[in-house]
Amino acid sequence: MSGPDDGRGSREALARVVREHAGRLAACLVSLLGDFSAAEDLVQDAVETALRRWPVEGVPDRPDAWLFTVARRRGLDVLRRETNYRAKLAQLRWPEPGKGDDRLRLIFTCCHPALAPAARIALTLRVVCGLSTAQIAAAFVVPETTVAQRLTRAKRKIAEAGIPYRIPAAEELPERLDAVLAVVYLLFNEGYLSSTGERAEARDLADDAEWLAALLAGLMPGEPEVAGLLALIRLHRARGAARFDSHGRLVPLAEQDRDLWDRAAIAEATALLTRTARAHRRPGPYQLQAAIVACHAEAAGFEQTDWAQILVLYDMLLAVAPSPVTRLHRAIALRYVKGPAAALAELAGLEEALSRYPLLHATRAELLRALGETSQARLCDERALGLTANPAQQALLHQRLDLTHGEWL
Amino acid sequence: MKYVLMFVETEEFGKRLEEMSDLEREAAYEAVGRWFAENSDKITHHMHLAPAHTATTVRLGDGEPVVTDGPFVEGKEVVSGYAEVEVADLDEALKMVRSWPACPLVEIRPAS
Repeated sequence: MSGPDDGRGSREALARVVREHAGRLAACLVSLLGDFSAAEDLVQDAVETALRRWPVEGVPDRPDAWLFTVARRRGLDVLRRETNYRAKLAQLRWPEPGKGDDRLRLIFTCCHPALAPAARIALTLRVVCGLSTAQIAAAFVVPETTVAQRLTRAKRKIAEAGIPYRIPAAEELPERLDAVLAVVYLLFNEGYLSSTGERAEARDLADDAEWLAALLAGLMPGEPEVAGLLALIRLHRARGAARFDSHGRLVPLAEQDRDLWDRAAIAEATALLTRTARAHRRPGPYQLQAAIVACHAEAAGFEQTDWAQILVLYDMLLAVAPSPVTRLHRAIALRYVKGPAAALAELAGLEEALSRYPLLHATRAELLRALGETSQARLCDERALGLTANPAQQALLHQRLDLTHGEWL
Repeated sequence: MKYVLMFVETEEFGKRLEEMSDLEREAAYEAVGRWFAENSDKITHHMHLAPAHTATTVRLGDGEPVVTDGPFVEGKEVVSGYAEVEVADLDEALKMVRSWPACPLVEIRPAS
């Protein structure tokens, strides 16, 4: 047993241990009982017991066996009337001999397109990552009752609408995998690029997202987009230490201290991306986004950035996944290839689609400033400021309005 | 599991159907016929409904039932038929619906 400790480090260690084992147990119990909701309730009870007792008693040497024992005892207790369930539970041994990893089925059920998007995220966090309802509520800054209702409704839908517990057939797989990757990517964005502000105390959802992507990559080695998403998340996180200054202010890419970037992690993620591209030759949106981030991450300095290559990658990305936000990012790259006037011309076509998107106005401000149109630039910065709720972005815009210089990427 | 697939027509779809030549309309009906034939092992019962303008709605509540002309929701989307299917799970129902060749909306409901 490791000793009791109530610091943040041990809380994180605790979360890691739970995450490693809760999903496996849930997967096994859903298979055994054939009842998603009942199985999930048992695991959640065990997780909550662990979160209460482990900080005091220490983490047991076999946390998986501990969680299993608690879940089974609870199951034999609460499922008294379901004699069929009881019999199955009574016979179950842990760890299951010769059983592979069943969590993929769990993930596909949690991310089923017949569930509401918010429910998919909550369910994945709870069932696959072993977060408690309270932890999910804290991470998304919503009342616990809201999350609880969302989960209850989703579990009822799974049972009553007959959402299956299995890996989709080959012909459904591409679409269903897209839904799974979207959940992981949203989770990452919520944790890493969150637009809702300061939550230093909240659980790091980016951690859960990276863990999920790694889990998926291990379970689906034949899917290049899964590896692409993992590389994308790792490349972003490798630069995390340079994104904020000591006052919590967002630091623009051009001004980031690149010595703070984790070069080993960048090299590793880039190698994963290259291996994946060579093995499959099926570039998709996640691989292409990761390749763009890799171009930035590999540049020794902002001036050495290979913008021509980035522009090519954006064109490829637009071909497979057209979106106004991607066109905006392409315009930013175009500035460094063809100059600010060319980039500004590109923005004209995006006004309608992105009029409420702060980065459009902040980018226009940047380009106008580069062209010497200072007063027009100011108006655009003010417009961007009125549209963002993120304190770090607000601070940066304020700073820019003061100094009228800088870069926001 | 038993599901009911509710086929929903939109105004736009109705208009498109009207504007079709006889030949095109025939081809569209044939596609529907083929879909039912291909899925006949799963379909236990199905029904096509007469157009919404033939509907009569009765509202029961306090006092006398109120009878009105038209469907219960006056909308641009109306149920035009249904099929009762027996399949393993929602994914199998979804797979059937993906290849449905006619109206642009289908609601899937578990039924018992």
